Amino acid sequence: MSAMTTTTAGPTRARLGEIAPIPLSRVVRVELRKMFDTRAGFWLIASIAITGLTATIATIAFAPDQDLTYYNFAKAVGYPVTVILPMVALLAITSEWSQRSGLTTFTYVPDRRRVILAKTWSSVIVAIASMLFAFAAGAVGNVAGSTIAGTSTVWDLSAGHATTIVLGNLVSLSIGTMLGMVLRSSAGGLVMYFVLVLLVPNLTSLLATSQDWFAHAQPWVDLPFAQTSLFEGMHTGAQWAHVATTVGLWIVLPGIYGLRRVIRSEVK
Amino acid sequence: MITIEALSKAYGGNTVVQDISFTARSGRVTGFLGPNGAGKSTSMRMMVGLTAPTRGTATINGRRFADLPNPGREVGVMLDASAQHAGRTGGEILTIAQRVMGVPSSRVAELLDLVSLTGDEADRRVGNYSLGMRQRLGIAAALVGDPGVLILDEPANGLDPAGIRWMRDLLRDYADHGGTVLLSSHLLGEIEIIADDIVMIGQGRIVCQGSKAELLQAAGTVVRSPDVAALREAMGTAGIQVTVLPDGSLRTDTDIADVGRAAYDGGVLLTELRTADSGGLEDMFLELTADTQRDTHTERSVA
Ligand SMILES: Nc1ncnc2c1ncn2[C@@H]1O[C@H](COP(=O)(O)OP(=O)(O)O)[C@@H](O)[C@H]1O
Ligand SMILES: [Mg+2]
Repeated sequence: MSAMTTTTAGPTRARLGEIAPIPLSRVVRVELRKMFDTRAGFWLIASIAITGLTATIATIAFAPDQDLTYYNFAKAVGYPVTVILPMVALLAITSEWSQRSGLTTFTYVPDRRRVILAKTWSSVIVAIASMLFAFAAGAVGNVAGSTIAGTSTVWDLSAGHATTIVLGNLVSLSIGTMLGMVLRSSAGGLVMYFVLVLLVPNLTSLLATSQDWFAHAQPWVDLPFAQTSLFEGMHTGAQWAHVATTVGLWIVLPGIYGLRRVIRSEVK
Repeated sequence: MITIEALSKAYGGNTVVQDISFTARSGRVTGFLGPNGAGKSTSMRMMVGLTAPTRGTATINGRRFADLPNPGREVGVMLDASAQHAGRTGGEILTIAQRVMGVPSSRVAELLDLVSLTGDEADRRVGNYSLGMRQRLGIAAALVGDPGVLILDEPANGLDPAGIRWMRDLLRDYADHGGTVLLSSHLLGEIEIIADDIVMIGQGRIVCQGSKAELLQAAGTVVRSPDVAALREAMGTAGIQVTVLPDGSLRTDTDIADVGRAAYDGGVLLTELRTADSGGLEDMFLELTADTQRDTHTERSVA
């Protein structure tokens, strides 16, 4: 090929190499990239770090001295992660419909299950990175906070507890994935998400205090309730059973329905 | 090559694409022509697996789109140039295509160059692009994988006359290198400029198909009477299929002498009787557009 090659539109085929199936890892990398390459997406993820750091400083400034422990720092930094990650997971899916970019995405990769799987993996990668950040920021805050307050530095988060916190966040994340598949609309999905995390827990606790039968059933049907044990520490097998049933009920079942809708719905 | 066989789509009880069959051959630009709402976009979405057909099949080089291992390397698709995340830059949209398809990153600059988007424009978000720029970007994205087949829905929409000529030259060049192009338009003029073969669709059915040269010279007869009903009856009696044109005259494929005899036999006064000129295609297209005065569909194939 001469150095003066000019690009023509005409298909030259061989020049770009053999046509091979697209590996999932490549779709994951592209979907990860798509989470950051718009201003909205970038700032959404950046806001995890920004609010996390703000939370560390606020804890040092305002928390009573005996609360300056690692668990409290990690919790403060981790809260924004818990709230924002599901939105990242949700928007990654819904934007294909709301921004109509699915028209190209699903022609590059026609098997929509693979696209959803890749989006879920990239959400999980962002989640793990965010939580590592939260644990690290919490550690720095813990050392700085106790030094400033002149108290001894308390490391009160076990590896086991840290793991259940990570699981709790992954459950939150999958709420976003599930809602994204079921609703396939950014606006509708965000509204529903806030209804679920802000309104529903208040309603269920109200119901639990007024209705005896619900107070008994609550651990088995109330997802945020079950998640609370993941965040605050799992002590009994029953708690794991509660997590399993509520996740099955509120994430797996609607998720299967949503995936069917994603596969069958018309993209236009 | 794109092969469409008995493709149909119904929404509820409403059939919007009905039993269409045609082939877009390599080395040719095939124009998919029809008025708005004719079913072009629905047909194209079915070809690339975005809409499930009710019946029938569409294959590309003998395979269903969903079965292609890396579709972007074999089929370039642009269904709606505006269907992109408004917050992404043009360059980023090409980079995503390049990454998914697994082709060298140099493709991005090559294609920006091919569609005459400057580096400055490539760094802008597509939300701020004009429709013409979006069409160019869409064409570039479709070509990233160096595919042998292009499926483009209304690609000339939003282009000025110079842009349409640019598109014609680009697609001509592509087809001359052995590529297959299927492009749709609701404007006869665009198709006349760009296409080699024409498939005309109206209300979900194929009305006629053939090479542009054949279709444009395909003759027929135009006949007019002040008493349209009597004329139609006379033609019906003689077994001559007619379509009613928007201006009230009738058009048929039948020879002019037979039409004259049928009118004479029916005792109908004629005010016009002539051979349809190259306007035959245009007449048919206008007739499709004015779907109120429909009489019969004339299915004609010049293969
Ligand atoms: N999801 C849908 N439900 C019902 N009717 C639809 C749907 N999508 C398209 N149509 C109808 O199908 C017909 C063909 O539309 P379309 O394929 O977009 O035509 P074209 O691209 O030729 O303008 C139109 O009458 C349109 O209203
Ligand atoms: Mg259309």
